[in-house]
Amino acid sequence: MSTRVSLFVTCIVDQLFPEVGIAAAEVLERLGYEVEFPEDQTCCGQPAFNTGYRAEAREVACRCLDALRGAEYVVVPSGSCASMITHHYEELFAKDPARMEELQSFLPRVWEFSKFLLEVAKVEDVGARFEGAVTFHDSCHGLRELHIKEGPRRLLSKVRGLTLCEMELAEECCGFGGTFSVKFPGISGAMSRNKIDSILKTGAGTVTGVDASCLLQLRGALSRAGLPVQTMHLAQILASQ
Amino acid sequence: MPAAPETQFRETLNNAALQNAVYSATGRLMDKRKLVVAPDVLPDYQELRDQAHALKKHTLDNLDHYLEQFESCVLARGGKVVWCKDGGEVAEFLARLAKEKDARLLVKVKSMTSEEIELNEHLEREGLEAVESDLGEFIVQLRRGRPYHIVAPALDLTRYDVAELFTQKLGVDQDDVPEHQTQTARAVLRQKFLSADIGVSGANFLVADSGAVVLVTNEGNGRMCTTLPKIHVAIAGIEKLVPRAQDLAVFLKLLGRSATGQPLTVYTSFLNGPRRPGEIDGPEEFYVVLLDNGRTRVLADREKRETLYCLRCGACLNHCPIYRKIGGHNYPWVYSGPIGAILSPQMLGVQAAPWLPFASSLCGACAEVCPVKIDIPKFLLQLRSEVNKAKRRDRQGRLERLGFQAWAWLMRHPKLYEAAGAMGAAVFSEQEPGRWIRSVPAPMNVGPLRAWMSERDIPPLPARSFRQLWRERTRKKGR
Repeated sequence: MSTRVSLFVTCIVDQLFPEVGIAAAEVLERLGYEVEFPEDQTCCGQPAFNTGYRAEAREVACRCLDALRGAEYVVVPSGSCASMITHHYEELFAKDPARMEELQSFLPRVWEFSKFLLEVAKVEDVGARFEGAVTFHDSCHGLRELHIKEGPRRLLSKVRGLTLCEMELAEECCGFGGTFSVKFPGISGAMSRNKIDSILKTGAGTVTGVDASCLLQLRGALSRAGLPVQTMHLAQILASQ
Repeated sequence: MPAAPETQFRETLNNAALQNAVYSATGRLMDKRKLVVAPDVLPDYQELRDQAHALKKHTLDNLDHYLEQFESCVLARGGKVVWCKDGGEVAEFLARLAKEKDARLLVKVKSMTSEEIELNEHLEREGLEAVESDLGEFIVQLRRGRPYHIVAPALDLTRYDVAELFTQKLGVDQDDVPEHQTQTARAVLRQKFLSADIGVSGANFLVADSGAVVLVTNEGNGRMCTTLPKIHVAIAGIEKLVPRAQDLAVFLKLLGRSATGQPLTVYTSFLNGPRRPGEIDGPEEFYVVLLDNGRTRVLADREKRETLYCLRCGACLNHCPIYRKIGGHNYPWVYSGPIGAILSPQMLGVQAAPWLPFASSLCGACAEVCPVKIDIPKFLLQLRSEVNKAKRRDRQGRLERLGFQAWAWLMRHPKLYEAAGAMGAAVFSEQEPGRWIRSVPAPMNVGPLRAWMSERDIPPLPARSFRQLWRERTRKKGR
């Protein structure tokens, strides 16, 4: 019997980029996992948490925990949302012993997509083919909270036809930052242009990463500047054949 | 409550020369730091950070003990300790001292604590002349400005700016060679050192078990200020204590590296009280001013007191993509960058600049380079929550709060969330295949959407959300 994996696709993938969730499911199925999508899920609560509305964040986080209860593995195609659950839920539920106890057994089962492939499925070559030059954007929470750095690069190195072109500012923030992007649009936009300059210098036609939210920011700014660079989530590249 | 200085932000962002100056200067500091904390150069870098954090934690958790120990050691060495509640009390003490000793001229070592209490302005009002002797601070003082950066006060200025300033203020010929500019400043300052009555410094560390004031400097002006005048006054925040001199083995390895990329700064001075019989130099009188100015309020919060671990190295500024865009003068206080964003709200109160903790993408680059591992993003998040609570008390920010309450309600009702998404998809449907949306009709162009679209396009919403696609997929598979 194959191992069950529950996808927590995140609200941004559900509503804006469903193809990312489908791609993640395809890769997991190709590796022999039985993929489920618990329909009661919505959001991890990060938008409220990061904007200082902890009570609201807690309500949404409860919904998330309830929706995913009983999952063998939870795979999240987002470093930021995975980290919200694994690194910030404990602070959110510090005064709720029942939830804290639940977290103890739940958190070890939550995996960001690329980390799941490498550390649970233990594969580097997922049998993908993607023609073209690609540059990888290290999204901040994935990089600094989940230490996702070499992993996606190892996965990309095994993709047939793909050339990985490192950009100089790979680790610099894209400027998204959740509600920061609309509270301080001028600063956020200026940050994205820095990043884009660095992307352009690589000559890559595609920028990829483990977070749809960073890619939303980058693609939005690329589109505004009329630049033809496309954005693709890592899962989409790994699903390509 | 004051709003964010949007106009100033825009001015800074549109000033290409300034953007370039700040971006390249901070970039150089980042590069230099990276070289000297590299694993092959400093293999125990991460362990040192852990130790530094633990030492600061221990000291601040037992600060009462170490402050008293420090005071008795200073007294035993013939120095004096002055306890000051705020900048006004410091200025009052210095004015009284100057009057007593018939002093007119003070020379100063660069000190953020002095900037924090606007000491020069205070002293000027008392009819005293205080001269900054660090080159960067000297330049800032000539401009009557405030420091742009914790470590590099004139980071925003080019040598051409300095050439113009020196011609204007010092009457010298225009000269944009930095070495010549340094010579000019030196000539002016040499006279000041020789005729000054009081030398004023800050302190990088105060050693509790010996009463030593430790200064970390590069230009030699620190030694001039603390040895030539008859009186030396060191002004330090109470958080500067370390228990023992050997603890500095940890901190000194980290401070220079984090600040300027130097394994050690050029000068590390241990100042132990006034000149003793038989000694050939040093001041005749030695005072240490211990300043609170809001620090005990920060200390009262058991978690956020971690903010006081700060060594003022400035690494978080150099690595902050926000600081690198808005520069050092758009922050509400002298402490800019990420550390300023958590220190100012705690010392001034969150109401002073409620926007400040929100002006961060929470990228975490600051915490990654902090030599004492202050969890800056965590405290930014806590302060955001505190700002919202303060706004609620003041009956402000109602619309946003209602928005998040409604949002949270929607997120707890997956069916309604799905329906709302479908409505959105109908409104923001694809206009041209593969193209993102550049503009929306005026009535919709408001609030967060307007803010987003001022800089970026939005994606057309897909006709079917993931959950809808998934259902179709499952149905097909089932067949």
